[in-house]
Amino acid sequence: MASPLKCDLCSKPATVHLTQIVNNKVHKVDLCEECAQAKGITDPNGFSLADLLLKASLNPEVPAAGLRCEHCGFTQNDFKKHGRFGCPQCYETFRSMVEPMLDNMHKGTKHTGKVPQKALDRQSLYDRLTQLETNLDEAIKSERYEDAARYRDEIHQVKQAFEPKSQQPTHDD
Amino acid sequence: MTIESLLASQSELTDSATSKCAIVLMTRIRLARNLANTPFPGWARPAQRESILEICREAVGNVPQMKRSVNVGIAELTDLQKQILVERHLISRELSGAKSGSGVVISKDQAFSVMVNEEDHLRIQVLRAGFQLKKTWNAINDLDSELEEKLDFAFSPTLGYLTACPTNLGTGMRASAMMHLPALVISNQMEKVVRAVNQLGMVVRGLFGEGSDASGSIFQISNQTTLGESEEEIIRRLGSVLNSIVEHELNARQRLVEGDSAKLFDKIGRAYGILQNSHLLSSSEAMNLLSLLRLGVDLGVFPDDSRSVIDRLFIEAQPGHILHLSKQELESNQRDMVRAERLRVEFGAFAKPNFTLRPQS
Ligand SMILES: [Zn+2]
Ligand SMILES: [Zn+2]
Repeated sequence: MASPLKCDLCSKPATVHLTQIVNNKVHKVDLCEECAQAKGITDPNGFSLADLLLKASLNPEVPAAGLRCEHCGFTQNDFKKHGRFGCPQCYETFRSMVEPMLDNMHKGTKHTGKVPQKALDRQSLYDRLTQLETNLDEAIKSERYEDAARYRDEIHQVKQAFEPKSQQPTHDD
Repeated sequence: MTIESLLASQSELTDSATSKCAIVLMTRIRLARNLANTPFPGWARPAQRESILEICREAVGNVPQMKRSVNVGIAELTDLQKQILVERHLISRELSGAKSGSGVVISKDQAFSVMVNEEDHLRIQVLRAGFQLKKTWNAINDLDSELEEKLDFAFSPTLGYLTACPTNLGTGMRASAMMHLPALVISNQMEKVVRAVNQLGMVVRGLFGEGSDASGSIFQISNQTTLGESEEEIIRRLGSVLNSIVEHELNARQRLVEGDSAKLFDKIGRAYGILQNSHLLSSSEAMNLLSLLRLGVDLGVFPDDSRSVIDRLFIEAQPGHILHLSKQELESNQRDMVRAERLRVEFGAFAKPNFTLRPQS
């Protein structure tokens, strides 16, 4: 005999079985009486599957177990507890856990919207600057003075691109 | 600008121009943004939260849209001030419960607000009276781009804007409309509508009260997903869902009028009588009565220009606003008294109903 379905949230026997179609995908959630009550499933207006799917998709242990974000110290258990991540880099650390989640949660898995172009430009300028400074150091060390002069010019140019356009002083009147 | 002068001044919502589409009261869009390489508010240490707050308040306060804004830490606000801001949709309940290391910047006209250290470092919001998805998107897109000049947002080319909760990844955008749907409620069709809207990837919530207990028949409809579609696509899909809900509501109204207009007009007439004469009114009863009068305006029972009075009272009849009006602590019973008195005065000067049917446009 097939074992009875378990609650997706606490693994007691499930008595409430839900199917909802979101974005043309069928989602199934099985819950015990208590969890169904706690999640307000009985109330069709307030009910959204997103939160549930988030928790439910974590249940089969995923390969991210034991991982810890080196930037903020966040662990997978922390995510189970809070349902939120610790820092932006966590998405890189817990990528193997996030990716399967997204498919259930969103309409697609790839961003196609707005891009913060200015911030990205700033970042690439900054990366360029760091690279040039390393090059300059090396050139000086190995006494390639022509190269060093060229790097210095380029650094100057990049730094100028960083300078904000002449700003008007703002008055709070 | 101080918080008290902000609360006393007219806002985008309480002083809205009468909109062409009466069924949509308000359009709202919010964007979730976070600073790169910085722990999210829920995980940051108190000292980190303070420094994030400082950086963000400074940056937000300096964009042109926030000239003469109110720029405060949550800890500086009284409970009542926070409650009023929640009732005006300018801060969330979550933020109003935050202890320290959080703040908000609100524009003078109360159309723009940016919460700092709510669930994300920044929750940028734009409110517009009426059905204004495109205008609202353009306004918030501009504000976001201004902020981008000063702040490095956490962003990944594949996952988009990185947010504390993966349900907000991608655009980080929640676009919503507040809709007045009395005929769908009266004719018991809301459950059907909620189910259909859910299937299209949108969420319906009652605005006042929890869940299905939507007093005032006011519902908020918003997109559920944020990743995999551009902002424009989300807005276009939401717009078409909203249009089809408007159509259903209009049909339901038509059927109510054709079916049993005496029953409908009786409800509206009684609501008018109670608002003019009652001495104790709870917030939820007031919302329901105001909702019926608003339906009356739409059906031509009351003149068109009285709709804005009702829309203002939807907000001003809520508990925080009533307390603010009376300038003292009140028991809930006394609050109901003050509310009833306030509404008696407003509706004492209100147009008389005219129940001769006017063809619906
Ligand atoms: Zn359970
Ligand atoms: Zn992290």
